[in-house]
Amino acid sequence: MTGPRGPRRGPVRPYVLTGGRARPRQRLAVETLLETVDPEGTDLPVTASRQERMLWRMCRHRLSVAESAAHLGLSVSVVTILACDLIDAGYLVTRSQVPKAQLPDVHILQEVLDGLRRQLSA
Amino acid sequence: MDSADNSAPDGRYLAPTVDQALKILVVGSFGVGKTTLVGSVSEIDPLRTEETITQASTGVDDLSGLSGKTATTVAMDFGRITLNSRMVLYLFGTPGQRRFWDLWEGLVIGSIGLLVVIDTRRIEDSFEILDQLDVRSLPFAVAINQFPDSVRYEEADLREALDLLPETPLVHIDARSHHSSTQALITLVEYAARIKAQEKVA
Ligand SMILES: Nc1nc2c(ncn2[C@@H]2O[C@H](COP(=O)(O)OP(=O)(O)O)[C@@H](O)[C@H]2O)c(=O)[nH]1
Ligand SMILES: [Mg+2]
Repeated sequence: MTGPRGPRRGPVRPYVLTGGRARPRQRLAVETLLETVDPEGTDLPVTASRQERMLWRMCRHRLSVAESAAHLGLSVSVVTILACDLIDAGYLVTRSQVPKAQLPDVHILQEVLDGLRRQLSA
Repeated sequence: MDSADNSAPDGRYLAPTVDQALKILVVGSFGVGKTTLVGSVSEIDPLRTEETITQASTGVDDLSGLSGKTATTVAMDFGRITLNSRMVLYLFGTPGQRRFWDLWEGLVIGSIGLLVVIDTRRIEDSFEILDQLDVRSLPFAVAINQFPDSVRYEEADLREALDLLPETPLVHIDARSHHSSTQALITLVEYAARIKAQEKVA
């Protein structure tokens, strides 16, 4: 099938329903932010699974992997696999950097502290 | 569905300007107050996801003598704080027992650090967690959650009982209090910032 944005790898594969043969790729973390590409535009291919459709709709605005999982009643590992497939097929994008192994930088930690201190006076 | 209005997402969603997501893990044994803490600081009602871990059960406690597979369900409660227009902080509360460490492994990557919540009425329940954190040299702070019938120990005694390094922060909290729980998070982030600053110098 040719996707609305040109030829793709093929329809989104619903293999997760067959028992999770594939290992989740490590590109996504629980806190990684997801968003649907062009939520008002094209629909998913008819071959997309029900779960993929649910995730795609859930992410019409910005939301983390973990939140999407909780709202849909799915596990994070299942959502990770679904999200990776939707990303590969061009229907979903990440909206935050996937973390590196080490601690966040000092200037980022400083921003976190400023934000938390504002919470104290809020 | 509200698909006609893409400018005003409902409260579940983040603002479209948020493009940096950070996380802190809140760990501790069952009943120490992890979910309470997450709930007291979170801007959303705490959410829950469950993960099933399958592992071979061949331990000495397997009285049947048969090796099989056991499935354990691990629940993770979490919440979030939008820190500014660009940044969101997630708080993930997870149990700390050894059988959950595979799950932690992925969870901990990129985190600011861990807040270990301890109930002094069952202090020994925390030893296994603290051992794991030492082995993996992860930055953590200790939050002693005060319950009405908790004995209030001297800080020096607690540090000795928990075998903490002198630099490891230790705070007393009321997990139900927004202020107290936020303060505990600040203490952890300040500590992480000190560690990061030292890395630079070294
Ligand atoms: N008095 C008091 N009770 C607390 C406090 N934190 C938690 N609790 C209670 O202790 C119980 C266990 O707390 P919970 O957050 O579910 O523990 P978790 O298993 O670590 O998530 C609940 O009934 C809470 O209401 C606290 O700071 N003070
Ligand atoms: Mg809990």
